[in-house]
Amino acid sequence: METLESILAEHSFLKGLEHRYLKLLTQCASLVNFSPGQVIFTEGEKARQFFLVRHGKVALEIHRARRGPITIKTIGKGDVLGWTWLVQPHHWHVDARAVELSRAVSLDVPCVLHLCETDHDFGYEIMKRFSHALVQKLKSLNLQLVDFYDD
Amino acid sequence: MMTDLKVQFNQSTSLSDPMLSYPYQIQRVRRESRDTFTLTLQPASGPNRFIFLPGQFNMLYLFGVGEVPISISGNPADTQNVVHTVRAVGAVTKAIQKLKKGDVLGLRGPFGSAWPVAECRGNDMVIVVGGLGLAPIRPAICDILAHRPEYGNFELIYGARSAKDLLYKKELEQWRSRFDFHVNVTVDSAEPDWQGDVGLVTAIIPRACFDLFHTVAFVCGPGVMIRFVVMELLQRGLKMENIFVSLERNMKCGIGLCGHCQFGPFFICKDGPVFSFDRIQKWFNLREI
Repeated sequence: METLESILAEHSFLKGLEHRYLKLLTQCASLVNFSPGQVIFTEGEKARQFFLVRHGKVALEIHRARRGPITIKTIGKGDVLGWTWLVQPHHWHVDARAVELSRAVSLDVPCVLHLCETDHDFGYEIMKRFSHALVQKLKSLNLQLVDFYDD
Repeated sequence: MMTDLKVQFNQSTSLSDPMLSYPYQIQRVRRESRDTFTLTLQPASGPNRFIFLPGQFNMLYLFGVGEVPISISGNPADTQNVVHTVRAVGAVTKAIQKLKKGDVLGLRGPFGSAWPVAECRGNDMVIVVGGLGLAPIRPAICDILAHRPEYGNFELIYGARSAKDLLYKKELEQWRSRFDFHVNVTVDSAEPDWQGDVGLVTAIIPRACFDLFHTVAFVCGPGVMIRFVVMELLQRGLKMENIFVSLERNMKCGIGLCGHCQFGPFFICKDGPVFSFDRIQKWFNLREI
């Protein structure tokens, strides 16, 4: 039977995470759905959850005065949505909107931060995974700066 | 295990005089984007069949202006029309952009090596292209789709700066509507009405569906894109000899005489433009080349 723990274990961000840590994380997790067009969070808001996307597509947008939003990245199955909750002041720095019906695991930020503080081994494991995800994001951003598709 | 794959050379390339241009008349001009257009040509005189292999290129000569190497973008099964997609970036291509239906261009070719499309039958196919790179690979896609049952899973990963820069939009829609062809299109940034992916082609490769031991990848686009796409494919476990890339250099003569397109021990016009990556990887990352 599919349980929240098994859903967490299957997500590529948590692949290989020890069973005891998965069990801990389950305390902070819940399943969420986003309908097409639904705003998940907006720039400047307090980051109260982050999300492990299981299905669908979410656009990260930056709003431009008088010109509307521009999508700077889309993320989908297997991706993590939101990382600025990690650092002070724990605010979102972009908008997130579901492009299509999307499903995710929502993780409660105060709960995860509390677990990280009380079990540093767990916290280190989570930080390593976020560091890896952030390095991938940075690599991708570097390539976008070189105008990848133009000779 | 798959047999050794090699790029193909068209025997018809050995023209009686490869430096002689034939007049071709423009039948149709289609605007693809702000600076890119597609020409459909037919011979104004001389032989009326044009046979080429996917991946080859022609030298287009605008009388009194100059000559440029342009990849062939048409369907290889269509021997009546010669199709070229051109980006207006230099003196010659900007002058070609001003031509209209009925105008005449000089054409010599086809030249160079080809994607080993027929040899890949039985394998999954992954095609990764960026920017104008869809043009030289379109004949290979047409050929694979014409023999679709003979291939396994077929993925196209296509990246462009923006939705406005996408080539062959109608054809992309047709390809996307097929059940046997997985088309991933991604752009660098987009307006909210864009329903596709935003990000680089390299971000899509990890989720592409293919069998590591029976897959061939074709990669076409700017050098920097090829470099990082190949890295990603190698990281997925694909072997170098099963990755084919198309390179571009300053081709002038088309037959390996003038040396303008030298790349290490190769001439891109004669030994390429399509290479298996294991043949060129030694020189690929050398900054001096």
